[in-house]
Amino acid sequence: MATTTDRKIQAYRRENGKVGVRNHVVILPVDDISNACAESVAHQIKGTLALPHAYGRLQFGEDLDLFFRTMIGTGSNANVAAVVVIGIEPGWTKRIVDGIAKTGKPVTGFSIEGRGDIQTAAEASKKAKEYVQWATELQRTECKLSELYISVKCGESDTTTGLSSCPTVGNVIDKHCALGGYASFGETSELTGAEHIVKSKAANKEVEAKFTAMFDDYTKLVFDQRTDDLSESQPTKGNIAGGLTTIEEKALGNVEKLGKRTKFIDALKPAETPAKGPGLYFMDTSSAAAEAVTLWAASGAVIHLFPTGQGNVIGNPIEPVIKLSGNPKTCATMAEHIDLDVSAILRGEQTLDQAGDALIDMIVRTANGRLTAAEALGHREFVMTKLYRSA
Amino acid sequence: MIQFLIHDKGDSVGVAVVDVKAGQSLQGRDLSSNESISAKSLADIPLGHKIALRDFKVGDTLIKYGCDIGKVVAPIRAGDHVHIHNLKTKRWA
Repeated sequence: MATTTDRKIQAYRRENGKVGVRNHVVILPVDDISNACAESVAHQIKGTLALPHAYGRLQFGEDLDLFFRTMIGTGSNANVAAVVVIGIEPGWTKRIVDGIAKTGKPVTGFSIEGRGDIQTAAEASKKAKEYVQWATELQRTECKLSELYISVKCGESDTTTGLSSCPTVGNVIDKHCALGGYASFGETSELTGAEHIVKSKAANKEVEAKFTAMFDDYTKLVFDQRTDDLSESQPTKGNIAGGLTTIEEKALGNVEKLGKRTKFIDALKPAETPAKGPGLYFMDTSSAAAEAVTLWAASGAVIHLFPTGQGNVIGNPIEPVIKLSGNPKTCATMAEHIDLDVSAILRGEQTLDQAGDALIDMIVRTANGRLTAAEALGHREFVMTKLYRSA
Repeated sequence: MIQFLIHDKGDSVGVAVVDVKAGQSLQGRDLSSNESISAKSLADIPLGHKIALRDFKVGDTLIKYGCDIGKVVAPIRAGDHVHIHNLKTKRWA
């Protein structure tokens, strides 16, 4: 493999030193019933971004912990310059504001009870306008590509992802982590059939045991909840149309994204921020694209690499999703969704190392400001993971 | 021009990288060794779908990426299309 030197990018260095590639001013509703007020502010103040979602009331236990981790993590992401938080009541609103404030970025909370949507939106809009005018004067500065935290997950896979786009991402993971970058993979359910390979890539026995416990938990859930097996969902209908027959085959293609040389150094809970230094991390996520990318964005990831075979169209509001495909039919019929075409690998005209370098070029361009296909097409899937029903 | 690829020397199926018609003589490549291999298709095999490289009987294990990808549930001849009609997961049973 060719040695790779670190690339320079033009990006935003935040108050806590983390590097982001976008400069969003987010209007963050704490709960489902505050979406209307948050969207009203985002409509009033141009250049802001509301993140409506379905949860935030009467959650408890581990599910509530995950909710706060996701909210605070989303606001804390280095792609976000400043945040206005709006909740129905002041308690949880303040908890989220205080969590985001630890990054040092501007954040203010507003609560609706006792004032109503209209007055709250008026006050929040004044703050949002102040933030947007401040943020739009921030300048990109020279940073290193290895300072980016990159997440990886594929979707609507087929056999071409295992042959081309997933190992292309694996090639980038090897190069990025060798330079001291942060990266994360997950998709617990879609490791079924390749879990032995994942275990062999754990940095030590402790990390392997932590991963195994998370994987076994998921397997138990399937056995507890299933009616027959997962064959209606895993592989998906799209996977099957693309030639994938079994979950084992799908998983073996999936783990090509992990690279050849890189070991993972920790197993994270959903939306947990990596804390053991640079390297590759496993995160316990759903394999549903929008849910998983939302968790990675909340853990701090600033660019997502998304191999697709049959053409998944997912995007995320704050974390740019770069899509690559090696399926020549998908690259032709769904060209507007594909940022990088690696179908030359299937024709034997491009090596994985060349494809990896092409993907690094696309990461640099995206980091410097090029909108991804998903961003240009308005894909803003912000989908919170919920562990169980509310009280 | 190649019509199919295999991941690993021990694989018992290849992946079509173009749409293949029944009765075609096919050229393939082993990605692990870069060696050339040949096969003949007995069925139409769409791009991305699998072709059997030898015969299998019910209960056999299919190997791809050098790993177990499931069990054979209907007889397969070399050159056949391998998919949900003759291969099934061993998981969740």
